[in-house]
Amino acid sequence: MVEKRPLLDFITHAVLIVGALLIAFPLYVAFVASTLSLEEIMSVPMPLLPGSHFIDNYSQVLFAGSTTGSKAAVLDMLINSTVMALAVPLGKTTISILSSFAIVYFRFPLRNFFFWMIFVTLMLPVEVRIIPTFKVMADLGLLNTYAGLTLPLIASATATFLFRQFFMTIPDELAEAARIDGAGPMRFFWDVVVPLSKTTMAALFVIQFIYGWNQYLWPLLITSDESMYTVVIGIKRMIVGGDAANEWNLIMATAMLAMLPPAAVVLLMQKWFVKGLVETEK
Amino acid sequence: MEKRVVFRSAWLPYVLLAPQLAITIIFFFWPAGQAVWYSFQLQDAFGLHSEFVGFDNFTALFRDPHYLESFKTTAVFSVAVAGSGIVISLLLAVMADRVVRGSVALLYKTVLIWPYAVAAAVAGVLWAFLFAPSIGIVTYMLKGMGVDWNWIIKGDQAMLLIIIASVWKQISYNFLFFLAGLQSIPKSLIEAAAIDGAGPTRRFWTIVLPLLSPTAFFLLVVNIVYAFFETFGVIDATTQGGPAQATQILVYKVYHDGVKSADIGGSSAQSVILMIIVVALTVIQFRYIERKVQY
Repeated sequence: MVEKRPLLDFITHAVLIVGALLIAFPLYVAFVASTLSLEEIMSVPMPLLPGSHFIDNYSQVLFAGSTTGSKAAVLDMLINSTVMALAVPLGKTTISILSSFAIVYFRFPLRNFFFWMIFVTLMLPVEVRIIPTFKVMADLGLLNTYAGLTLPLIASATATFLFRQFFMTIPDELAEAARIDGAGPMRFFWDVVVPLSKTTMAALFVIQFIYGWNQYLWPLLITSDESMYTVVIGIKRMIVGGDAANEWNLIMATAMLAMLPPAAVVLLMQKWFVKGLVETEK
Repeated sequence: MEKRVVFRSAWLPYVLLAPQLAITIIFFFWPAGQAVWYSFQLQDAFGLHSEFVGFDNFTALFRDPHYLESFKTTAVFSVAVAGSGIVISLLLAVMADRVVRGSVALLYKTVLIWPYAVAAAVAGVLWAFLFAPSIGIVTYMLKGMGVDWNWIIKGDQAMLLIIIASVWKQISYNFLFFLAGLQSIPKSLIEAAAIDGAGPTRRFWTIVLPLLSPTAFFLLVVNIVYAFFETFGVIDATTQGGPAQATQILVYKVYHDGVKSADIGGSSAQSVILMIIVVALTVIQFRYIERKVQY
């Protein structure tokens, strides 16, 4: 800080505290609601201190699902979400580290053409090609499968760019030395490029884990079978109609379960998260 | 940028590229091509027969008052989300930049980045619960202040609800970018201005804000793209485009017409229009990135 300004310091903290409280308020209310009985929530206004139904609500949703909406157990949904959230970053990292290695370290016919082919996919988010992609998936028999859930999401130009940019910073001397020592391209890839890329991979993993976990439209379209629901879809399926008809205590317990894994990843890997976020957008 | 040292192989680069190209062709080019193809077709209700109708689907769209209304809704929604999101997170980032050190700063930062981890649909559900017409805690507070709140039947309140939920989710992202931008401003500039007698407000308007403007512009584009596409989850989990299409943004209409009303031609034509919008936004974004590199 440049100078001492007690008034400004006061305003600073006041703004931050108000901001933090407003941001945290929905999360806090969701947590409180997940520990109450449905009657307690329905008695307007609902209490703002945690109640005694924590274990009841969470075990109900984890093993049995809601009673009025979807009856699928949330534990199964959490497993589906985990599969998706792991498959997306692993798949993305694998295919894009290979393709950017090819683009950076080789000269071959059509190299620029392939690069642009990958590049333009940036411009086609899932949301704009819903119907045809759904048809393609149906034709391939991939509805209600893990492959159908994850494959369309692992093609990404952002990861390829990120690796390409990073490879450009690897000193040429390393490749030169490898060639003089008689190492082939794949040996160079495994012994030099992959170990050097670990930081980039970690940053990419955090961002893509959250991306995979939080997917909504895609799983909504291609999962019609309850056993393939991800937890984010599961919440939506628990909402059946007017707000008095919903079991809000169970919905909020499921929402808490849906938020915790990505939040844990963000908080525990905060350094990688910020790096990944800022760099994937460059 | 090109590497000086490269490897030689007639087949290896193609093998390395194959997995990504296969997925890109199957899940991007094939469906995108079909979207363009369907947009020129008229299908009967059972999908058994279709005929080529030229630009009919497009002209029908632009004669449809609902579609034009949806454009207006999207414009209002995305300007509100991008504008308020950027202003609020800039304020928070400037404040957080003043308390960089210590566990208090870490606590603020941790709370402020939490919403990034929350799925859009979940964010929608959280806010729908707070604002629920009969049992919501915020509805109760509003009633105490004499506001009659019911977003299920009032279009402008439904719009406000999805704006609040969407901004809430996006604040973390904007905040982190502004904070990174602020921390890259050389301290010597600020100190020099302070020695010359410029107070914090003056320094903000004449030094900090101009230096942050590339970040702000970048975030503007990102936020508009976010409001256009990624808020689908917020809307589907709360208003579902209602009441009476008051919150039906373009992307929701593509989904609604294509999946719920099974109007393949009309929905594909809308997809094609959206693709053109995305391409335009991406071009704007890349223009800006090129400038940043020179800078």
